[in-house]
Amino acid sequence: MGDQAQLLPGTLDLLILRAVSLGPLHGYGILLRIGQISGNSLLIEQGALYPGLFRLVRQGLLKTSWGTSENNRRAKFYALTATGRRRLREETESWNRLVAAIGAALSTQPEEV
Amino acid sequence: MSILSSIRLRVATLFQRSHANAELEEELRSHIQQRADDLERSGVTRFAAERRARIEFGSYQRFREECHDAAGGGLVESLGQDLCFALRVLRKSPSFTTIAILTLALGIGANSVAFSLMNALILRPLDVPHAQSLYSIERGQQKDPAQSYPDYRDLRDRTRSFDGIVAYTITRVGLSTDGNATGAWLYLVSGNYFDVLDVRPYLGRFFHSSDEHGENSAPYLVLSYSYWQNHFQGDSSIVGRTVFLNKHPFTIVGVAPPSFHGTEMYFTPNFWVPLVSGGQAGGWGDLNLRASHYIWLVGRLKPGITIAQATTDLNSVGTYLAENYPLEDRHISFSLTRPGLIGDTLGRPVRAFSTGLMSLALLILLAACANLGNLFAARAADRSREVALRLALGSSRRRILRQLMTEAMLISLTGGVLGLLGGLLALHWLDVWQPVPSFPVHLPVDPDARTYAAALISALVSAVLFGLVPVRQMLRLHPWHVVKSGTLNTSTVGMGLRDILLVLQVTVCGILITASFVAVRGLQQSLRSNYGFLPHHALLVETDLSMAGYDGDKAPAMQRRMLDTFEAMPGIDAVGLTDRMPLDGENMVNDHLVFKDTTTELRAPNAAAVAVVQNVSTNYFQAAGTALLTGRVFTRQDDAHSPRVAVVNRTFASKLFGSVEKAMGRYFKMADGSRVRVVGVAEDGKYKTIAEQPQPALFQPILQNPTSATWVVVRSNREPRELAAALDQKLRHLDPALPFTLRTWERELDGALFASRVVFVSLSMLGIFGAMLAVTGIFGMASYAVSCRLKELGIRIALGAQRREVLQTALGSALRLLAFGSVAGLVLGVVGSNLLAFIAYQGTARDPLVLCGVVTSMMFLGLVATWIPAARALSVDPLELLREE
Repeated sequence: MGDQAQLLPGTLDLLILRAVSLGPLHGYGILLRIGQISGNSLLIEQGALYPGLFRLVRQGLLKTSWGTSENNRRAKFYALTATGRRRLREETESWNRLVAAIGAALSTQPEEV
Repeated sequence: MSILSSIRLRVATLFQRSHANAELEEELRSHIQQRADDLERSGVTRFAAERRARIEFGSYQRFREECHDAAGGGLVESLGQDLCFALRVLRKSPSFTTIAILTLALGIGANSVAFSLMNALILRPLDVPHAQSLYSIERGQQKDPAQSYPDYRDLRDRTRSFDGIVAYTITRVGLSTDGNATGAWLYLVSGNYFDVLDVRPYLGRFFHSSDEHGENSAPYLVLSYSYWQNHFQGDSSIVGRTVFLNKHPFTIVGVAPPSFHGTEMYFTPNFWVPLVSGGQAGGWGDLNLRASHYIWLVGRLKPGITIAQATTDLNSVGTYLAENYPLEDRHISFSLTRPGLIGDTLGRPVRAFSTGLMSLALLILLAACANLGNLFAARAADRSREVALRLALGSSRRRILRQLMTEAMLISLTGGVLGLLGGLLALHWLDVWQPVPSFPVHLPVDPDARTYAAALISALVSAVLFGLVPVRQMLRLHPWHVVKSGTLNTSTVGMGLRDILLVLQVTVCGILITASFVAVRGLQQSLRSNYGFLPHHALLVETDLSMAGYDGDKAPAMQRRMLDTFEAMPGIDAVGLTDRMPLDGENMVNDHLVFKDTTTELRAPNAAAVAVVQNVSTNYFQAAGTALLTGRVFTRQDDAHSPRVAVVNRTFASKLFGSVEKAMGRYFKMADGSRVRVVGVAEDGKYKTIAEQPQPALFQPILQNPTSATWVVVRSNREPRELAAALDQKLRHLDPALPFTLRTWERELDGALFASRVVFVSLSMLGIFGAMLAVTGIFGMASYAVSCRLKELGIRIALGAQRREVLQTALGSALRLLAFGSVAGLVLGVVGSNLLAFIAYQGTARDPLVLCGVVTSMMFLGLVATWIPAARALSVDPLELLREE
């Protein structure tokens, strides 16, 4: 677990949107999906996922419905709304720009300056 | 919406809320179950799997609450929880809660009263439409509000900046309806008065400019609403009825609306009468004399005209007046000021006083907040265990702070409501108060929305002020430290801030106590000073014979009969007559130029003195108790046919003639050129205000200057009430239609002492508030310091520390802070003593008695406040403490 990275503030929402964009999921499923798509390299406190989910629902980015999980347990499923999909696209673009900029800045060699 | 369906809706929302809660619980549990399922599949037992799933999930309660907040539905609910919890916590420590609420109630109550006064006298405009465009017009550099009627007509007709200028004055008259005479107060007003002020009649009509056709042409009368209700029982057939003012018939034409109280704030007249008919209704000025300054002017500015423009306009008329009437109007100039308090005459002192009072009240509230901040900080330290536990259980710091703020708000609002209720009581008392017996003062202090808003705002602001004090402490709190050490280490947290608060509070209290000592001394000195008359054992009968139709020569004859009748009564020592009472409000404008006998050009610059003039009868000096230093009093031979004579006071004698002895038999001149011979010298006295320096005064025989409005001074050792009844009967026997007032001279003096008394009462109240706050503040601080260091003190005592050392350890810092704050308060009080001397007559903080008083009382307060904590520190039993641990 020691080599897992701490999440930057605000990035959890982006990860949730991304995980759900691949298909409706329940809370635990989202956690697993994030682990899967990030190669288990991110440290997320499990409970911390839920306030994020409620926030996104309140902002109208996610919609919910109750269903049954693969373990045969009743669970609440989350899916992207149209707004959510648009927001994910915008956030992804701005994230990529940020990463590119920070990356470029950090990889600059002394002789290039 | 019907009640039933509203209830159903409410129940439904409640149900929905609990439904959402249940859903949240189910979702979180489902997560843990699924995680446990996965873990179980990897080979762990179900029990171990569930345990590990719960641990991995993290703080269940915290996330549940956060979800609640994130969903946005939790606010109202958690506020309700906070409120319930705050109530429970406060109920658990009733003494803390009571002290806190009372402290705030005092602070907010004082502020409500001070604010209402300020609101009534300064902030609130006159109760007429568009009052903000109304201004009083004052004359000259000395800002004299009184103008003459001819000047008024010129100003009214020649200025362009005003929609209208009204003139008015206050006077008294005898009103008789159906043969019953009573005294009444009225406004004499210009014909355009109601039209310019834009007031509409409640009943009937008002009079207008078109009703005026010269002197005594408009015998009309408009009743005030309250007088109509009280005196005419709200009879709506009143319009058109004839009543008699000083025996002249006047017709009631209408009733003013209830909200209209005239153009002065402190007084509601009984009715309004046109100024042109004032001669028949108790008016004393002359409509045709430019030198007769007796009316006040209020103008309504045209829209868009600035004060500066209007002043220029007025002064151009002033230039015209000065050119055309150089005798009366030389160097005349005008200025504008706010109306309602006789221009600046009352306005300036009233504004100074109410602003001063308001600042002191705010200081009290500030001290109360500092006090409560201290208490809260101390309590927060005591509650660190509870807070640490809540933090450890996953409560967010924000939630805990909100909880503390809720408690602060709860205390503050309760205190605010209590304080406001107390303030309303005090205001009601002020509302019905009759401070000056000879004049119906009415302070319009009935609270309005602004008063309530001010109370609410001061409650909320105080809650924020003292509620925020422990915040820093809470933010720094680390649960594990607290759990480890058992309590918060107080010497490092929040102490600096608390020290500052305590010093601030003690300083403020020091200022307040200094202020009240100055006021007490001032009043004491003014009461002890020699009035130049003896108010004890004297009754006054005030009459205006013109109210009963005694004009010209009939008045002195009737006065003679009154004096003779009274003198013949048993047990009467002396009876005297005077046209003016010393220290009566009317004496404020009693200024007469006197000249040396050698002066020929009788103009103001050449005057030898400005003297107060009183016209008195033979036995006045004996009746008033004014001592004659030398010479003789008047006799009945000093009448209109004999040479003019006068008795002067000591100051007059030394100012004009060098000494009392030299004055005898010498002559001086009055402004009208008449030569007056000095036949006696009387002691100095107080004539205008209690606080005045000795000033020249002269007494003349009333037979040489007859007047119908007089006071009879009756000196007697008989019981006042019984004597009053006897005098009353005699007077009614003399003339049943003559209105009069009868009271003791001491009661009459209440008016003169009114200002000093108001200052005295309010400053002493503030001083007492300040003292109470200081005691509770120091007590809280000291007892908290002792309770924190109880263990240490026990160890010291066990190791053989002496009582003195124990006390020093326990209370040293509290006493040092107290001393520091007291000195600061005293120094500030002395520095601000100019302000204090202004509002409290003859008071100064540099008075050694005041300084001693302040120092002693601060020491006494310190002693009282630290007594119990000190006793507690000394009675520490080390054995018991050790056993407790």
